[in-house]
Amino acid sequence: VAAGQNVCVFCVFLQQRNLEGYVGFANLPNQVYRKSVKRGFEFTLMVVGESGLGKSTLINSLFLTDLYSKDYPGPSQRIKKTVQVEQSKVLIKEGGVQLTLTIVDTPGFGDAVDNSNCWQPVINYIDSKCEDFLNAESRVNRRSMPDNRVHCCLYFIAPSGHGLKPLDIEFMKRLHDKVNVIPLIAKADTLTPEECQLFKKQIMKEIQEHKIKIYEFPDTEDDEDNKLIRKIKEKMPLAVVGSNVVIEVNGKKVRGRQYPWGVAEVENGEHCDFTVLRNMLIRTHMQDLKDVTNNVHYENYRSKKLAAVTCNGVDTTKTKGQLTKSPLAQMEEERREHVMKMKKMEAEMEQVFEMKVKEKKQKLKDSEAELERRHEQMKRNLEAQYKELEEKRRVYEDEKANWEAQQRILEQQKLDASKTMEKNKKKGKIF
Amino acid sequence: MLILAYWRETCACLQAREAEQGEGARAVPLAGHVGFDSMPDQLVNKSVNHGFCFNILCVGETGLGKSTLMDTLFNTKFEGEPTQHNQPGVTLKSNTYELQESNVRLKLTVVNTVGFGDQINKEDSYKSIVEFIDAQFEAYLQEELKIKRTLHSYHDTRIHACLYFIAPTGHSLKSLDLVTMKKLDSKVNIIPIIAKSDAISKSELAKFKIKITSELVSNGVQIYQFPTDDESVAEINSTMNSHLPFAVVGSTEEVKIGNKMVKARQYPWGTVQVENENHCDFVKLREMLIRVNMEDLREQTHTRHYELYRRCKLEEMGFKDTDPDSKPFSLQETYEAKRNEFMGELQKKEEEMRQMFVQRVKEKEAELKEAEKELHEKFDRLKKLHQDEKKKLEEKKKSLDDELNMFKQKKTAAELLQNQAQQAGGSTTLKRDKERKK
Repeated sequence: VAAGQNVCVFCVFLQQRNLEGYVGFANLPNQVYRKSVKRGFEFTLMVVGESGLGKSTLINSLFLTDLYSKDYPGPSQRIKKTVQVEQSKVLIKEGGVQLTLTIVDTPGFGDAVDNSNCWQPVINYIDSKCEDFLNAESRVNRRSMPDNRVHCCLYFIAPSGHGLKPLDIEFMKRLHDKVNVIPLIAKADTLTPEECQLFKKQIMKEIQEHKIKIYEFPDTEDDEDNKLIRKIKEKMPLAVVGSNVVIEVNGKKVRGRQYPWGVAEVENGEHCDFTVLRNMLIRTHMQDLKDVTNNVHYENYRSKKLAAVTCNGVDTTKTKGQLTKSPLAQMEEERREHVMKMKKMEAEMEQVFEMKVKEKKQKLKDSEAELERRHEQMKRNLEAQYKELEEKRRVYEDEKANWEAQQRILEQQKLDASKTMEKNKKKGKIF
Repeated sequence: MLILAYWRETCACLQAREAEQGEGARAVPLAGHVGFDSMPDQLVNKSVNHGFCFNILCVGETGLGKSTLMDTLFNTKFEGEPTQHNQPGVTLKSNTYELQESNVRLKLTVVNTVGFGDQINKEDSYKSIVEFIDAQFEAYLQEELKIKRTLHSYHDTRIHACLYFIAPTGHSLKSLDLVTMKKLDSKVNIIPIIAKSDAISKSELAKFKIKITSELVSNGVQIYQFPTDDESVAEINSTMNSHLPFAVVGSTEEVKIGNKMVKARQYPWGTVQVENENHCDFVKLREMLIRVNMEDLREQTHTRHYELYRRCKLEEMGFKDTDPDSKPFSLQETYEAKRNEFMGELQKKEEEMRQMFVQRVKEKEAELKEAEKELHEKFDRLKKLHQDEKKKLEEKKKSLDDELNMFKQKKTAAELLQNQAQQAGGSTTLKRDKERKK
């Protein structure tokens, strides 16, 4: 390491240590307790089912309050043409613990003649709450992030005694990966225990057949708890009865429904599974419902949403490996890929360019050579002709010279002859 | 009576309306025990099952007893040998331990700054510390931004508490201390402590604490204050706040005092007991750091320091919460805008490169065309020369032919004359011969 260079060293393998003496972090759970009480709690519960299945009554029974009263009438009092999604928020306090409870009701569900897509407003509501949370979570300035996501959906099944209706199956199939679905048999006081058993078995069979994922209770490390959980699982779906009326039975004041033949008590475990529901929903698994919503359903929504944003409808097989990154990291990677692609393209273009230039230069060279050759040829041609001409001239000159020489001789001869003749004439030889 | 009842009802209604929180949540009374008061317990059970995690950073010069203090605080012997003073730079060494006390499991990470304050030039000492803290924030941010993320099982390495060890000079803070703490106070919860405080007398200590506190205030260093908003701990926390900075002594050695073995340091003039509140503030530190405020330290790190880092980082990358018209962006819009910007950039780069190539091709083409033109000109000139030469040759040929013709004519004429002459001569000879014969 050079002088002045700063370095980081990590030693990540975990080492067990046994403490000798008091440290104090065993108090951490209390600190967590204290802070959570100070913060307060939130829970959003959705109820879905046809009108008249006793949804509002059950809510009132569960939370021992008149959520829907004269001042705040519930949706069931009003007649709806289409499926509405309505929420009521109440603040309840108990034992120093504050709970902001939001009840989401769906009046009109399943009430129309044609119920196709009646689940759509429900899905839209759930998605919009997830979207709100996603936007709040993704802001640059994050203040408080109120959690309005739907933590649990109680689905009310009419007590026909036969099986699930097509609407039930369709709804649960469409919502089981968006929210924790807990199916309930409503108005269970119209079924005898045997009928109820058969009905439950039939429903669970159909749920398994259609691969519907209803809310599952997590296993704990405690064997006792696990035993209880298994007992609850055997009772699914829970058959419930609700009541707004308090009746006196054997000197005790209980919530129940009075019939000529007796009183169906809401909180009697032999009459219905109401207490099981209440214990599970509120007393033991409320936090788990929130955690599953946050860690599973919301994360599903979020990753789908972000994948859509970043991949923009590109082929999903290619993008599967990209889901482990954040959209920004992905953009970074895309940028790097693009830079590499450009480099490659540049190299290719360069190559093509060079090749074309070489070709052109070669052509030019060839054409130059060709022209040179032709020029040479013409030159030689010309030279040959010149030579020929020279030769011709030489021959001519020779001939001329010879002839002229001959002529001179002849001339001389003639001269000599005429001279002789003259001489002879003079001599009188010639007459 | 009726009016009273009516009045009471109205009051109750008004009260209920007043108690509305958030978006119209009205308070309603409960007719019995519902059972959601178990929510804190449910939450606590889940946390205990999941386990806790806590990360401490110890900053201080070599030899101030950082490792010993950690050992003493957590009652265990952690890794490592004492470091030498000859480190060339500041390194951060991190070790993670699994501790358990009763049913609570704690994943404790202790990060030590090795070589801090040892160099001659200490200007950059704080840098590697800041980088380390930022790197942990960055890792968490990256995980949080992933498309498929597992925050629930993520091992949080963000520093929850920074113990800053002040040398027990008794006078004041060193400038290195002030500079470093100023750089760290917006990134981590700083808890300054006076190390090896058994070297200072009680009166000096009081003055020293006052001096340190006033220097921190005058330099605007924000140290961690124990929270006083929760009634159950407000009192103890505010008392402790007034004892800051804690003067501590650490020791893993045990000495027999009375009939108990206690952690202490033995001097000829007496024994300093670590857990004796008259001797030092060790117990106070342990109380505050671990038993009372550990969860708050984690919370502050997450909601304040991490959020600040995240905000700065996102703003750096060009993210905004509202568009120029101050309308809030949805996440999708933000990402789409970023993406469009990004794609636009890439496309622009591609275009630029293409243009550059087109340009080069044009230039080269022009070059080659020039060369071609020159070549043709050259050969045109040569051709012309050649034509001229040829013409000259033709002329020469012609003149030769003319000469030849003339010569031929001359020759023919001469021969004709000769023939005539011969004939005449011949005839003369013949005449002569004829005469003779006569």
